[in-house]
Amino acid sequence: MQTEFLFAGFGGQGVMFAGQVLAYAAMDNGKQVTWIPSYGPEMRGGTANCTVVIADEEIGSPLVNHPPAILVMNLPSLEKYEPLVKPGGVLVVNASMVDREVQRKDITWVSLPCNEMAEEAGDKRMANIVALGALLELLPAQTLKDIEVALKAHMPGRHKHLLPKNVEAMKRGAEYAKKHARKAK
Amino acid sequence: MAREMWKGNEAIAEAAVRAGVEAYFGYPITPQNEVLEYLSRRMPELGRAFVQAESEPAAINMVYGAACTGARVMTSSSSPGISLMMEGLSYIAGTEVPMVLVNVMRGGPGLGNIAPSQGDYNQICKGGGHGDYHPIVLAPASIQEAVDLMPVAFDLAHKYLNICCILIDGSIGQMMEPVILPEMQPVVRKEYDWAVSGAKGRKRHVLSSIYLDVPTEEKVNLRLLGRWREAQANEIRFKEYFLEDAEYIVIGFGTAGRIALSAVRAARALGIKVGLFRPISVNPFPYKRVEELCKQAQSILVVEMNTGQMLKDVETAVRTRVPIRFYGRLGGVMPFPDEFVHEIQEMIKNPGKPEDDPADLWYQRMMAR
Repeated sequence: MQTEFLFAGFGGQGVMFAGQVLAYAAMDNGKQVTWIPSYGPEMRGGTANCTVVIADEEIGSPLVNHPPAILVMNLPSLEKYEPLVKPGGVLVVNASMVDREVQRKDITWVSLPCNEMAEEAGDKRMANIVALGALLELLPAQTLKDIEVALKAHMPGRHKHLLPKNVEAMKRGAEYAKKHARKAK
Repeated sequence: MAREMWKGNEAIAEAAVRAGVEAYFGYPITPQNEVLEYLSRRMPELGRAFVQAESEPAAINMVYGAACTGARVMTSSSSPGISLMMEGLSYIAGTEVPMVLVNVMRGGPGLGNIAPSQGDYNQICKGGGHGDYHPIVLAPASIQEAVDLMPVAFDLAHKYLNICCILIDGSIGQMMEPVILPEMQPVVRKEYDWAVSGAKGRKRHVLSSIYLDVPTEEKVNLRLLGRWREAQANEIRFKEYFLEDAEYIVIGFGTAGRIALSAVRAARALGIKVGLFRPISVNPFPYKRVEELCKQAQSILVVEMNTGQMLKDVETAVRTRVPIRFYGRLGGVMPFPDEFVHEIQEMIKNPGKPEDDPADLWYQRMMAR
């Protein structure tokens, strides 16, 4: 059993960290896991992305061309990755930075205003965590509780006080996805 | 021992510390910067030597000097930086002193790019520096394997008084995986009768790679060859997957090897009896084992992130016993498993003849795409 996730957005939107949190949660659950960044010049200002593979056995390739779960935080990432979602897979879109709907009919998707929802939950920097909550609602590879435990264990000390807000942000993302997701046809 | 998430470069650095590295000299270059960055903090913490040199040639010559004391010493760099170190590496080989080199390969030639590549296989395995010398080269495919090989690399360097290289690419350097790090070993300075350790009360030790007396230089070369032959006999390492009943065999090292594992699993799911052979010691290369595999293989697929550099070693082992197919991606392109699955299927459909030139046929296919 193996599942692959791709997180994409602008540098600074927290896509690398969102992927790491998921990777930590999977590791803490005894899974095999890889986290690999795209580390081209695009890390500085352009689009950034990372791929997380979670598996029960030794992981081969850390990259796949059609991940079953993709999270995009901005329009360039949606343009690039919408066509790549595995048919029947899931796509989470940060509507705060994207002004169009998802075109694919063969995937389950949700578009949610992560920036505003994060701000309502207490800190606009948590847009990535709102989106991660939505992603895990659509593809429950790890539970929200697992993520909470991973956040607690691996968040830098200076950010630990933000843990309750992050948990709240994640829950709001998951609830939104539960209500508003469009199912694959 | 705890399973912890580590970035490849940092894990390698910490594993070197635990293997008892006493001195590190280096110069920054992407995608291996984190080795340097990590050790710049960690080494002084332990009272060990860390120097960021003014250039790669300076760094490798500092390594050369420190290696003459018999201490565990290392450097790390990436492709263009390794090229700059070649003179020093040849001098180290010629002086018969031990060192560990970590090479995090990137796309080339020239300045190239910072994406993962395997284009420096020949450079590191077949020379690069001048003269008849053979570094021991280990090519891990995961962070766990890399950290497990760090203490081995120091042991081999000191056992054979040779350069031992850990050869990885930027993807292993940059990715994160859970690893169990090796135990912390105490720093032990071996008592060598050649080491420069302060000559008070004894005859001076002179270490050099200069032998103006030609017959003496020939003897030195034979001594190097003798140690290399011992390494060839004793230091073969590889990993095999699904080979028991395999009729087709994929061979790849490092990252191409681990991508091939995904491809082999996918092909198995399609009912194809295919297995994977992943050399870990790429120098010395496991020629004998590859030769044995020809008995069970109908054909062999070699995959690399270069134009077929290891392919030549596979061909040396296979000779023309079975057909070989080659597939390579270049310049920093990381292949997807699907590409390898396609190649496995094509190989079965059209196995070709044992005397075909796989690199030539691959080039024709690449140009026709």
